[in-house]
Amino acid sequence: MTTEAETAAVPTSGQARGPRRRRSPQAAAAARLAGVLVSPTLLVLGLVVVYPIVAALRQSLFTEGQGVDADGFVVEGEQFTGLGNYADVFAGPAAARFWNAVWNTTFFTTTTVVLEALLGVVMALIMHRAFRGRGLVRASVLVPWAIPTAVSALLWRWIFASDGVVNAMLGTQVLWSADGAPAKLAVIVAEVWKTAPFVGLLVLAGLQVIPRDVFEAARVDGANAWQRFAHITLPLVRPALLVAVLFRMLDSLRMFDLPFVLIGQQKGSVETLSMLAWQEATNVRYGPAAAYATIMFCYVAIVAFAFVKLLGADLLGEARSQARTARKPGKAVA
Amino acid sequence: MRQRNRLAIAAVLTCTAALTAGCGGSSTNEPSAALEGRGPITFVAGKDEENVNPKIVEAWNKAHPDEQVRFIELSSSADDQRQQMVQNAQTKSDAFTVLDLDNVWTTEFAANRWISELPREQFGVDKFVPTTVETSLYRDRLYGVPATSDGAMLYFREDLLAKAGVQPPTTWEEMRQACDKVLALPEAAGMSCFAGQYEKYEGLTVNFAEAVHGAGGVVTDPNGKPQVNTPEAKRGLDALVEGFRAGTIPRDAITFKETETRRAFMDGKIVFSRAWPNQYSHAAKNDGSSGVAGKFDVAPLPGVAGPGVSSLGGHSLAISAFAKNKATAVDFIKFATAPEQQRLRLDQGSLAPTLSELYDDPSMQAKYPYLPLLKKSIEGAEPRPRVIKYGEVTDVIQEHVYAALRGEKPSDQALADLQARLQELTGQQ
Amino acid sequence: MSSSTSARSWKRWVPHIGVAVIVLYCLAPFYWMAATAFRRPSDQFDLSPLPAVWSLENFRAIFAPDVGFGWALLNSFVVASVTTLLTLVVGMTTAYALARLRFRGKNAVLALIIACSMFPGISLIVPLLKLFTDIGWINTYQAMVLPSLSFALPLAVWNLTTFFRQMPVELEQAAMVDGCTPGQAFRKVIVPLAAPGVFTTAILTFIMAWNEFIIALTMVNDKEMQTVTVAISKFVGAQGHEQPFGTQMAAGVIVTVPLVVAVLIFQRRIIAGLTSGGLK
Repeated sequence: MTTEAETAAVPTSGQARGPRRRRSPQAAAAARLAGVLVSPTLLVLGLVVVYPIVAALRQSLFTEGQGVDADGFVVEGEQFTGLGNYADVFAGPAAARFWNAVWNTTFFTTTTVVLEALLGVVMALIMHRAFRGRGLVRASVLVPWAIPTAVSALLWRWIFASDGVVNAMLGTQVLWSADGAPAKLAVIVAEVWKTAPFVGLLVLAGLQVIPRDVFEAARVDGANAWQRFAHITLPLVRPALLVAVLFRMLDSLRMFDLPFVLIGQQKGSVETLSMLAWQEATNVRYGPAAAYATIMFCYVAIVAFAFVKLLGADLLGEARSQARTARKPGKAVA
Repeated sequence: MRQRNRLAIAAVLTCTAALTAGCGGSSTNEPSAALEGRGPITFVAGKDEENVNPKIVEAWNKAHPDEQVRFIELSSSADDQRQQMVQNAQTKSDAFTVLDLDNVWTTEFAANRWISELPREQFGVDKFVPTTVETSLYRDRLYGVPATSDGAMLYFREDLLAKAGVQPPTTWEEMRQACDKVLALPEAAGMSCFAGQYEKYEGLTVNFAEAVHGAGGVVTDPNGKPQVNTPEAKRGLDALVEGFRAGTIPRDAITFKETETRRAFMDGKIVFSRAWPNQYSHAAKNDGSSGVAGKFDVAPLPGVAGPGVSSLGGHSLAISAFAKNKATAVDFIKFATAPEQQRLRLDQGSLAPTLSELYDDPSMQAKYPYLPLLKKSIEGAEPRPRVIKYGEVTDVIQEHVYAALRGEKPSDQALADLQARLQELTGQQ
Repeated sequence: MSSSTSARSWKRWVPHIGVAVIVLYCLAPFYWMAATAFRRPSDQFDLSPLPAVWSLENFRAIFAPDVGFGWALLNSFVVASVTTLLTLVVGMTTAYALARLRFRGKNAVLALIIACSMFPGISLIVPLLKLFTDIGWINTYQAMVLPSLSFALPLAVWNLTTFFRQMPVELEQAAMVDGCTPGQAFRKVIVPLAAPGVFTTAILTFIMAWNEFIIALTMVNDKEMQTVTVAISKFVGAQGHEQPFGTQMAAGVIVTVPLVVAVLIFQRRIIAGLTSGGLK
């Protein structure tokens, strides 16, 4: 099995095509090396992710026995239903709930990711400046990210409780954890708080690899702070920012624990696709649960694909030269 | 180039498919009906407050060196517990032997053959409070032995009631009238009348069932058919809806689980509260944590029409169908449900016993003055719907009742919708 | 005081104010958590900014012998460290290949890797449990490390690939002219320069693995093998039907603070070390 995966992961031995460097034995060696280097990742992912996904895909085409025999026992065994589970999702009695969950998932992802990206960049810019106690600031930015999700969701649940600290500070009587718009807001606040540091740290790392002389050169050229940010900083941290946003998107499209603990199950205003899948699985309806999971997978894949195609040429290869030319003015010769 | 990519992906898929095929079914255990075999077993339960279960296991292990029990402690969340037990059954693993089941799961586990039938004659079921045994039956066969029980009581502010000169109420109407007098007292400024648990979770099903039963209705009839679209059920639900509308029940009670209700009562925000017996010791604490120590008492739940009916809580011990050494498991269940262990549970974990004799024991009554009342509550308690798809049934109950309480749906429509959904869910059985 | 100096001093203060705002934003909820943790269980829900009576009762409850929290911390540490280490090693080699080597199917590999981050995690549990039961991995570290690894790898690979790509190839080529193999050139030139990216990936991975819950809950039933998040889920409330608020908040403090302190110490050392190595 191992060898199969390894050899398969060396897809291009002997045929690598290098536009600039046509050293074919070296290219072949590089391709072989690539195969060896990439295969461990593929193997691990194959075992732990691809296998369950394949199992879930299969499961989504079946339903569990629903009937009961004369003695009151559930009839065992699954029946093949083809795309029946999918049809139920889109057109069955729970279709309205499904579309509501799609809307919630999309809404949460859009709002939280935009807010996180903005906040994260601001955090990174501030942390990037040299000042005393910078380490301390960086460490404290890590705090929200480091608290286990279940614990932080519970923390926010009490912060947003009817007699909690938010209502006390605002002098309001809002029932945040009941269903409705306040529940949505509570989820967004808690989610952004927890994950903006993730974006901040990745963008900060991106900032740190930009040589300082790039900024100096720009300053000498008379660029003001905004120009320096828009024309130098942003393009240079763009790859890091895009990776951060991409992974935040993937994560928040699968959002589960936070609304579950903070607001609760079956609350229409915060129910996400993951929560629907969970609900079906917990009611031992594995077929429909797998169908939800698969639909989600497709949705996430489409969003991610669109994102990478629209914004992220640099994420997928070719733009390497672009990044190099961008840094050339500052760093002529390394 | 395309082909190569496909090759790579195909290889990964083949590899995993091979894994699936190669590993499937090799070490699974088929359920066996016979309760045979002796040797080491496991006991699976959620963590309890005072670690009573580990102590019981320890006591057993001392006396049975060849049949050791290993305690597997699950998360304290009931959802997690059920999920792990279901997963264990799904994988047909023999890792779990004796299961500590919430009594609302019994039907589902029994109907799916995830647990073994138990020989009724071996467990002396006559000695238990009848309602607790009832929840361990499926189609008249025994699938679990009740280990703990739970019945709700009405906690009330004795000091305020005495001052206002009213008796503990036995109906909702009396409770409203009592509140009118109590809330007129200067000491009761800013207080509300009553609260139970109305957040969207299992507790809402419990409180809804109590309201319906207390109004003379049922959630499911003795044949298991849902009957919530009835005048009685409507009267029960309306009592709650009206309570919220009139402010008898405080507005924020829609977010109350047990903790919030207890806080509201102990902080002196409500006069009456519906709660489980284990709140008693907390409210009675004299260390300053309770604002009502020495000022409260308990009474039977009031009903909407006549005396109230509690929903029945509690756990029973069952044997996983896929386990080994079931003979040992049977002995261990007998041991763990014996009077001695039940006393330990009550003493250390505030968990209500299931054996009648413990309630009638004068020495126990001296220690726990509420025992006679609790026994009555449990004897008269109604189990929640005993259906295979309990998980879905409780979900739809919560969905519709919550909508009615929040005023999003008139109660008759909520109940009509609920009836339709429940029929769908139970009709397939 | 002339206007220019006041403008300058104003400007000098902007970042400080920004820093203050950010620190406040990040730490205020944490502060509330810590304050709650130090309250007595009986006044757990007080709204006073400081505990009326300071108490270590919640912390004592966490470290009660029957909870096994010490072991759980150790287990979490082992799982998270091994996961981080493996993620970095495997992720860096893969990222190197993706960033530097020319081979076909690169985009397919990248897409496949990220596709693994698209499936809802909760749907992976049952098949994995079945698999691990069959191969006898229940109650082992690898049953927790391997899934965590798979959750961490996509981010690591993508992030590191991006970072490595940003490094000028000329540096490596210069090193190779000096007689280094591509591997050596990469290790001695690129990795140190990409240190911020590597280090950030390490922190994020460690924390992700440290906070992983559902896999650890499902794959382990032996108390001695449980991780911190699982131990926390077993806390019990003030009474049977309640949420264990105080102890969970205290546990939140206990699992967060060492993490942050460690980052504080290591980040200076590691970054300093790597950078000085790279500049030699």
